[in-house]
Amino acid sequence: MLKAVLKKTLVALAAVASVLAMATAPAHAADPLKVGFVYIGPVGDAGWTYAHDLARKALQAKFGDKIKTQFVENVPEGPDAARVIRDLAQQGDGLIFTTSFGYMEPTLKVAKEFPNVKFEHATGYKTAKNVGTYDARTYEGAYLAGVLAGGMSKTNVIGVVGSVPIPEVIRNIDSFTLGAQSVNPKITTKVVWVNKWFDPPKETEAATSLINQGADVLFQNTDSPAVLQTAEKMGKYGFGWDSNMSKFGPKAHLASATINWAPLYDMLTEEVIKGTWKPAQYWWGMRHDTIELQDINPAVPESLKKVVMEREAGLKNGTFNIWKGPIVDQAGKTVVPAGKVADDKFLHGIMFYVKGVEGKVPGQ
Amino acid sequence: MDMIASLIATTLSAGTPLALAALGLLINEKTGVVNLGAEGMMLMAAVIGFAVALHTGNQWAAFGAGAVAGALLAGALGLLVIWLNTNQYATGLALTLFGAGLSAFIGIDYVGKTLPNFKPLEIPVLSQIPFFGPALFRHHLMVYLTMALTIGLVWFFDRTRAGLVLRAVGESPESAHALGYPVRRIRLLALMCGGALVGVAGAYLSVIYTPLWVQGMTAGRGWIALALTTFATWRPARVLLGAYLFGGVTMLQFFFQGSGMQVPSQFLSMLPYLATIVVLALMSRNPLWIRVNMPSSIGKPFTPGG
Repeated sequence: MLKAVLKKTLVALAAVASVLAMATAPAHAADPLKVGFVYIGPVGDAGWTYAHDLARKALQAKFGDKIKTQFVENVPEGPDAARVIRDLAQQGDGLIFTTSFGYMEPTLKVAKEFPNVKFEHATGYKTAKNVGTYDARTYEGAYLAGVLAGGMSKTNVIGVVGSVPIPEVIRNIDSFTLGAQSVNPKITTKVVWVNKWFDPPKETEAATSLINQGADVLFQNTDSPAVLQTAEKMGKYGFGWDSNMSKFGPKAHLASATINWAPLYDMLTEEVIKGTWKPAQYWWGMRHDTIELQDINPAVPESLKKVVMEREAGLKNGTFNIWKGPIVDQAGKTVVPAGKVADDKFLHGIMFYVKGVEGKVPGQ
Repeated sequence: MDMIASLIATTLSAGTPLALAALGLLINEKTGVVNLGAEGMMLMAAVIGFAVALHTGNQWAAFGAGAVAGALLAGALGLLVIWLNTNQYATGLALTLFGAGLSAFIGIDYVGKTLPNFKPLEIPVLSQIPFFGPALFRHHLMVYLTMALTIGLVWFFDRTRAGLVLRAVGESPESAHALGYPVRRIRLLALMCGGALVGVAGAYLSVIYTPLWVQGMTAGRGWIALALTTFATWRPARVLLGAYLFGGVTMLQFFFQGSGMQVPSQFLSMLPYLATIVVLALMSRNPLWIRVNMPSSIGKPFTPGG
């Protein structure tokens, strides 16, 4: 008896479903644009990949059923990357974001095989007919963090846990130092490299070592909250990087320099849907709300907070320049003469420490 | 002066997981079983310890869970190598690969989660002594337990009957068997006790040392622990010293960088491994050093009556 009822119900359900499917199919004459994302790390709940995924979710929420997003996480930079990107293209994705520097060659390679798919590669410098690049001016966040660090340091020594010595990271270390020196000329910066983007135990050891050598405000260009956690544990100050990390060290957290990719992702997706997309090289910062400084610690005195807010406003409306001369490198050579503002080409090639940073740039 | 004190402090803290794991492996090897699965066991214990710490908020429950995870994996290894006589090296390697993969799988949901801050012990009075206080008396309890364990093991191997039996099983399983000792069960028990210690080391890493779970976070510490047992010629006290030496070298590379010394950081990161190779090479030049303490049946299967 029960079986028969069940069977009938199932048959009826199936019939309803097939009618529904037929009825709704024409309504979706234009299939949603499939947007794929390739991530270097796990999404987790902090850091570089997390920031990209927040923007992906915002994108999906904004465009609703006009698009369909999907992502692949933990994709190593190497032969596997091309395989994953190709797989997404084969699944019918019309727009693919590859979100790490090392995906540059794999992206270009796959882009050649799929001329109708649009590719956007983060932090790279090579474009093609269907490959554009985009990046964020993370050094603006680093500079403002530096202003806070310079104002809050009592030992006049601040520390940076560096990831991999490439121009982007060196530029952040320099900008951080310039920010600190702008409010406290006595500041020196110590740098320790871990040669990884993500290795919490090593980041912890590096942070501990910096604190032991007198640094009382730490900054990092790595992807985990380990440095901030170490600062919290040892009663010093630290920052969140790429995403808001305040919960990882509520007392130590001076602020988080975050990346909000949503405005850029919105624009690019809109362009692809409208068919106006062209390969370009975007480098957005505070002016486009891509870089933000979030959750300044209440322990920061009002006067210092005011300085930070003023500079932030200046970066937003373009009246303030971080890389404005005179800027002097470690050897005492003037690299940006007084009154001049460094252009993007200069910024892209920074491989020197400014005055006040200790040690040497690895490999230079 | 402060800098030296804190260098000593961080060295002790960095050396503790190495020492714990190496002492566990030492117990295994004393009975003739080599456990190349240490790295995988540490990873499994790290993720399970982290999960338990996150859900219970209790670090001791986390250590317990890590120990159980380590002991169970060691038990599985034991069944394979002691009863089924599979090759100890190949089986251990398989366990390491298995542990690395499974821990990453279990850990997916724990990436990026945070733990409550477990405070170190501040020994009253002693921790206030200048220099020695910050260097020696402000550590996590596990640091002191590891030191106590080392002393306990020295006493156990040299002074107790059970320690003697354990060594006999490793030196000559045939003789121990002839005397009526259940060689295979003793080996399994030793393997599981050692595995528990390796597990505690893993939990210490993810719960105390770097309160985070990340895939592959032990980063070769299981292998260093294995090298340490040979480095220390199977003597517990030397294992502890060796572990501090290795921990010290790790911290020193960051210290050099921070103080602006012109040494490439890649070269410095290589130092702990270089030190292992140098010591192994030096030691094998003097066979006597090794032979006196090396369990004779190490790596060899034993079948009663076989």
